[in-house]
Amino acid sequence: MSTTLAPSLSDIWDADRSWTLKTYSEHHGYEAWRRAIHTDPAKLIETVKDSGLRGRGGAGFPTGLKWSFLPKPDGGPRYLVVNADESEPGTCKDMPLLLANPHALIEGIAITSFAIGSNHAFIYVRGEVVHVYRRLLAAVNEAREAGLLGENVLGTGYHLEVTVHAGAGAYICGEETALLDSLEGRRGQPRLKPPFPAVAGLYARPTVVNNVESIASVPGIIRGGADWFSSMGTEKSKGHGLFSLSGHVTRPGQYEAPLGITFRELLDMAGGVRDGRSLKFWTPGGSSTPILTAEHLDLSLDYESVGAAGSMLGTRALQVFDETTSVVRCVTRWTDFYAHESCGKCTPCREGTYWLKQIMHRLEAGQGTESDVDLLLDVCSNIEGRSFCALGDAAAQPITSGIKHFREEFEQGLHTPAWELFPYEANAAFSGATR
Amino acid sequence: MTIDTNGYPPEVHARLGADAQQILARYPEPRSALLPLLHLVQSEDGYVSPAGIAFCAEVLDLSRASVSAVATFYTQYKRRPNGEYTVGICTNTLCAVMGGDAIFDRLSAHLGIGNDETTEDGRITLERVECNAACDYAPVMVINWEFFDNQTPTSALDAVDALIEGRPVTPTRGADSVATFKEVSRVLAGFDDGRANEGVGAGLATLEGLKLARSQGWTAPAMDGSDDALEQGGTSGTQPPGAQPVGDVGSSAERKPTTPADSRADTVEKVDQKGPQA
Ligand SMILES: Cc1cc2nc3c(=O)[nH]c(=O)nc-3n(C[C@H](O)[C@H](O)[C@H](O)COP(=O)(O)O)c2cc1C
Ligand code: SF4
Ligand code: FES
Repeated sequence: MSTTLAPSLSDIWDADRSWTLKTYSEHHGYEAWRRAIHTDPAKLIETVKDSGLRGRGGAGFPTGLKWSFLPKPDGGPRYLVVNADESEPGTCKDMPLLLANPHALIEGIAITSFAIGSNHAFIYVRGEVVHVYRRLLAAVNEAREAGLLGENVLGTGYHLEVTVHAGAGAYICGEETALLDSLEGRRGQPRLKPPFPAVAGLYARPTVVNNVESIASVPGIIRGGADWFSSMGTEKSKGHGLFSLSGHVTRPGQYEAPLGITFRELLDMAGGVRDGRSLKFWTPGGSSTPILTAEHLDLSLDYESVGAAGSMLGTRALQVFDETTSVVRCVTRWTDFYAHESCGKCTPCREGTYWLKQIMHRLEAGQGTESDVDLLLDVCSNIEGRSFCALGDAAAQPITSGIKHFREEFEQGLHTPAWELFPYEANAAFSGATR
Repeated sequence: MTIDTNGYPPEVHARLGADAQQILARYPEPRSALLPLLHLVQSEDGYVSPAGIAFCAEVLDLSRASVSAVATFYTQYKRRPNGEYTVGICTNTLCAVMGGDAIFDRLSAHLGIGNDETTEDGRITLERVECNAACDYAPVMVINWEFFDNQTPTSALDAVDALIEGRPVTPTRGADSVATFKEVSRVLAGFDDGRANEGVGAGLATLEGLKLARSQGWTAPAMDGSDDALEQGGTSGTQPPGAQPVGDVGSSAERKPTTPADSRADTVEKVDQKGPQA
């Protein structure tokens, strides 16, 4: 049986001026909020729990469960912080979602804030996408003017402030505790957990941190019911999710489908690998998720199956590379990225990524030494599991998975430059590219 | 011209001070204003200037060293005067492979500058940028953080030449024209420039899946409305946060007060009614 697409969040994206309150309202916008605000908050949390929604920011933690971890109200403030930092290489779903329909997030924020007893929510959006920031500011203002946010929301006495906050260029600020430090006006470096943000988050107060897509999925769950949401997906990976196909596919783009759709199905929908070429390797959920190969075409894209295949579903960022591509070149560039973005707080990641980068560059240039491949694995094993946050672990993934599937290509780096083995001009989307 | 102790002439200082008050009003704790304040400083000086650092330090009652420590952590804060336009080429893996490397090399040769350098006329700063969340439009260029999708060396060169000659360029997904570095910095400080309604809602790649679904008649399952779990749930409804006493053992309720908010019973009201952001 084949799976089809299930446009849910994306269903409004082709509407005229889809980002405005008017258009959103014509598509059931804020119906869920109008209902939720007259509902017992505990019931709202229960519904989201029952829906099976799991965090769409990468880790897949059950969203309703996370909310229920907040301690009982103690009279002090509690916060919702939306993670709109979207910087994981390959990940490109939250920015188009916000560009096309920021109100889906705002409505989700309203419902979530009410459910967890918060009166102030923050959206931490990466600073490098200014038009998304504009759309968010405008959407918050529109919603406030319509009485959907602000003081005395919809005449109920509930009040909710929403602050849209721009970051300033740092991948690590997507890590939830680094994000909180950044939002407090500090260098974005991760905090020791526990305490988890649910107990001591923003300003050391109980805080829920969720991804854009997670929160934007909430209005649909409230409107359609937990059963509606969980009618999509697999037993443990419920609901709809945005799958972002990029790279050497005929029609790259956003494909919204039930979790559990296979990679082959999505690739077919995107017109297959470009120009009739063949698939070499792909990432299931961004550069931090181990690469997979053509062997995994029929993999069901749900948390459990991708985990069992030795990778992670991550952010469903499917970066596709055809047989003209050098694995060593790609891994080198990802390694540059992790070295650049390492926040420097802990030694294994700060020093380790620096050394990995040197070794990868040698291999790419065909100047590797005899022991380099083993040295890479050795350095990786000293980073993985020994770093302060998941960025360190992530830095090791492209290398270890690259060597696992394509060891001979790394070994060719002892004598032949990657650009001779795989001429780089053959990779580009346009012809005539030269190094 | 008189320069006050903080580096800005009094009238500039007063104007930025008023902006700073608006920024501070968005946050329960003043220090959270630091990132937007640094964007604000860049909107004045085109980089994080010594005067700007002093200004942030003064507004937040921090040392200049603490402000610098934060500013240097983030790549969007510039330590040298930035060009009027930052031309960023994504050279993270996916875009690099799709042609980003070739585009960067062509622009670099054409402009005679390398990564993070600025043309002599102060017009263009060239940068390699990390994945900008637009991989389905690879290779991607961003000019002052507006998307120029599906670039080729030629299209990128054309855009850059237009900027140099003072002709407007139009992002693929963004405002109708590219604002200057200073103007964009002011938006990032949270000051709406009223341009949100310009440009498209979605680009072609964004709509690729939806287009296919429409042509095949694929939809998400219908919401039949039968699930009325919410309605049965009783109506204890809008209990104000904080209405219930004390937290569980070990919860934040038991921690030592560290912020002013901790020790005031009326915090929920006061802190959160600080008024709208600009
Ligand atoms: C280095 C690093 C970067 C991350 N970047 C993001 C990000 O850009 N967006 C995001 O939602 N989550 C990101 N995460 C995951 C967050 O830490 C967190 O798990 C997530 O925001 C929780 O939301 P969710 O449960 O709704 O997925 C990142 C994690 C790490 C370790
Ligand atoms: S693992 Fe890397 S990013 Fe994470 S705390 Fe350590 S140095 Fe910073
Ligand atoms: S890799 Fe260039 S936008 Fe993602």
